[in-house]
Amino acid sequence: MSSEMQDYFYNLAGDLFDSLQCDEVLLLEFSGEDSDFVRLNHNRIRQAGQVAQRTLSLDLIAGARDAHGRHASASVELCGHMEQDFKQLSALLESLREQRAFLPEDPYLYFSDEINNTEYHHDNEVVSSQHALEQITQGAGDTDLVGIFANGTQYAGFASSIGQRNWHSSATFNFDWSCYLTKDKAVKNNYAGFEWQPEVLASKMDSARHQLAILSRPAKTIEPGEYRAYLSPSALNEIIGMMAWGGFGLKSHRTSNTPLMKMVEEGHTLSADVSLREYHGRGLAPMFTGSGFIKPDEVSLIDAGHYHDCLVSARSAKEYGQAVNADYEYPGALDMSAGSLSQDDVLSELDTGLYINNLWYLNFSDRNNCQLTGMTRFACFWVEDGEIVAPVNVMRFDDSVYSLLGDSLIGLTAERELILDSSTYGQRSSHSIELPGALLSSLKLTL
Amino acid sequence: MNSYLNKVVSQFKGIAPDVDFWTLRVTAESSESVSVRQDVMQPVYNHQATGALITVLVGDGSGYAATSDLSAEGLKKAADSACEWARQSSKLGLLKAADYPRPDAVASYETPVNRQWSDLSLTDKVTMLQDANTALKIHDSIVDWSAWLGYGSDEVVFVSSAGAHIEQCFHYIRPGLSAVAHKGGQTQVRTGGGSGTARQGGLEQLDMLQFPSAAPEVAEQAIALLDAEDCPKGSMDLVLAPSQMVLQIHESIGHPLELDRILGDERNYAGTSFVTEDMFGSYQYGSELLNVTYDPNHTEQLASYAYDDEGSKAERAYIIRNGLLERPLGSATSQARTGMPGVANARQAVWYRPPIDRMANLNVEPGETSFTDMIGNIEHGVYMESNRSWSIDDSRNKFQFGCELGRLIEDGELKGLVRNPNYRGISATFWRNLATVGDADSFQVLGVTNCGKGEPNQSIYVGHASPVCHFRGVDVFGSEQ
Repeated sequence: MSSEMQDYFYNLAGDLFDSLQCDEVLLLEFSGEDSDFVRLNHNRIRQAGQVAQRTLSLDLIAGARDAHGRHASASVELCGHMEQDFKQLSALLESLREQRAFLPEDPYLYFSDEINNTEYHHDNEVVSSQHALEQITQGAGDTDLVGIFANGTQYAGFASSIGQRNWHSSATFNFDWSCYLTKDKAVKNNYAGFEWQPEVLASKMDSARHQLAILSRPAKTIEPGEYRAYLSPSALNEIIGMMAWGGFGLKSHRTSNTPLMKMVEEGHTLSADVSLREYHGRGLAPMFTGSGFIKPDEVSLIDAGHYHDCLVSARSAKEYGQAVNADYEYPGALDMSAGSLSQDDVLSELDTGLYINNLWYLNFSDRNNCQLTGMTRFACFWVEDGEIVAPVNVMRFDDSVYSLLGDSLIGLTAERELILDSSTYGQRSSHSIELPGALLSSLKLTL
Repeated sequence: MNSYLNKVVSQFKGIAPDVDFWTLRVTAESSESVSVRQDVMQPVYNHQATGALITVLVGDGSGYAATSDLSAEGLKKAADSACEWARQSSKLGLLKAADYPRPDAVASYETPVNRQWSDLSLTDKVTMLQDANTALKIHDSIVDWSAWLGYGSDEVVFVSSAGAHIEQCFHYIRPGLSAVAHKGGQTQVRTGGGSGTARQGGLEQLDMLQFPSAAPEVAEQAIALLDAEDCPKGSMDLVLAPSQMVLQIHESIGHPLELDRILGDERNYAGTSFVTEDMFGSYQYGSELLNVTYDPNHTEQLASYAYDDEGSKAERAYIIRNGLLERPLGSATSQARTGMPGVANARQAVWYRPPIDRMANLNVEPGETSFTDMIGNIEHGVYMESNRSWSIDDSRNKFQFGCELGRLIEDGELKGLVRNPNYRGISATFWRNLATVGDADSFQVLGVTNCGKGEPNQSIYVGHASPVCHFRGVDVFGSEQ
């Protein structure tokens, strides 16, 4: 299926390139998926279906990139029938030509004029969704399970009239679910990857049942104040996600709009234990950009607590005179270095405080100081003398990243977790992050 | 209406599966966006998508399939896939056959448009945006500035095996302005001219959103905020402009009252609700001044339509009346699951996602107090405009919101600007502190363009209209907590 899709895209691209006028360059970016989505509630199917999407993005350029070309862009849903798609796209190219005539030159137009062909297929046989679903519902038994199972193949391609061709396809599943005890008392879990292994699912179900037993204890309500806390990799991912919201893009840095402004302009640092890189080399997302550039294997963002490099899109590269190292100025393959704290020692090192498995709905309370607020969610526990004592009712925190990952950071765990993003806005995400857990001497709770 | 979409409908009827019930929703989406940042024209972006969502019922099972292959062969393949999932869910399904509506309405609807998008040439649009950029860049401390203007249309034909044939066409206009000011480690962002919201209609909506006329004020306020005092801290009176009421309504009334959340569908993602089924009809949600409606009748509002995406007729209804909780935001399917009344709010964000309960237009009705009188009766407080930060727990109870701009209120008068204004509270008690509701002169029709929910995820437009509102005893603070 993947090679059929690749052939279709390349053949369609070839026909479109043949139709170009002599001074034109056409960049084409393809994305698509054939995915099953099964939504579950109370361990029963709430909604189930199949989605086939094929989107082609076009950038039609007249004039060279160094001579301030003019261009107009579009995206179109393909139907998959060559004659009909070519007819629709030809008409669209004509309308883009008409539009372009009324547009000024674009000084920040930038695309690769070198040819770097790449091809990546991870098109293993996906698990049968029906088969996986039977295992999920049987495995959960009478547990109140709610969540989403997504499964199928995703495609991405690039082709330019200059001659470059790139392809990336992968078949993956992502099962994101929670097991509920009552009201908001639940255990969150995720199982995602290339090869479905029933024993892994069973192990995760067992782990959830164990935590549900602890959740059944009377809940403790925490008073506002400062507490020692352990953030699981999932919880820390929410903090890192907020830093990524404008934190690492070159444009946000050059317009003083980054939440990490104090690091950039005033030399603030995080703990020397904090090193963060964008690791494209993980290979879960395409290595090529929509402008035809090949991403480097890695970009160091924060090195031993000091701000290092930015993510640079093609447009910012031209505007600010730097090299392209990303498609968008938002990370999609983050990698945070491990620390030395053994996971087995987390509870004893925490001693008395909060064990936070999940944070939720974070936002900035003061962006200039990278001050965040958000809620605890799912299975969070109160720990005394290194023992889990009780689940805690949800609490709001409000604290600065300069404290959480600075003075208050006691250590990061030696073990890390690879999290594959389960988000499906627009289409299934190919983002991922690998990171440790974090032990903090202080987390400020406010409500 | 779109002849191609009706041709697809005819084609589907020729290959429609032999099942207990089916629906077909065919959509043609198109949009165009123009923007100028720092006086430089950005790439014009055009979007076109046509696709179909087929839903079938087999016994107690339901399945769907979405495809952009609208040939008879493509539709047949998708229908087969939907049937396969329906058979699977008939064994493991949560709902019963009787829970699914069987719409049979025949109707059509189109957003009224006075000035077409094409009435303004591309050159004139670019010139308008360039002029707005000039009006935004008024000082060296403005370090980033931009203006944008977009248009979108969704043409939809919904048919069912019970005879429904509903054709609707929606037109959207999306303008916005932004200025980023920076000085001495302090960055302040001010937006306006429709940023963060949008309207149905044509170019005639621009004036109502103060686009591009708000540009000088947007820039001046961004600069002024750099030197403003930090928002004071303490329990005090709070006055929220409609541009913040939008968010307050959305997060602490809208989401907790969505019936699918109450039924637990969203517990793994968007969350649950502090509201339970037994609270409807008896729970005092807010003070007696609080009146909230589901209202599809403001044609310029983002979620105005004649029928929802399950084929239910949209009719205005009180959700909260005189502070008392009356009915949830539940679609026909959710109503059948609970036996409760609801509204026509089953909506799909794009052609390839299935309908779920959404907010649609959810409005706070105007009261009788003028803005001047409202401020005049406040001894000490803060007035806030334009949401910039939002966070609330998964039961939609404990919230913290921040705004772009605040103004002190002292002894019945609006005073100087304050920066970084934030406040927090608990939904279950916050609305009971509603002390004064602004009159119709302060009522503004706005909305949210990025309401996220659902598994698989869907980001959708919802409309919120509100007057200025005054709350007592709110925990307010700035950047120093």
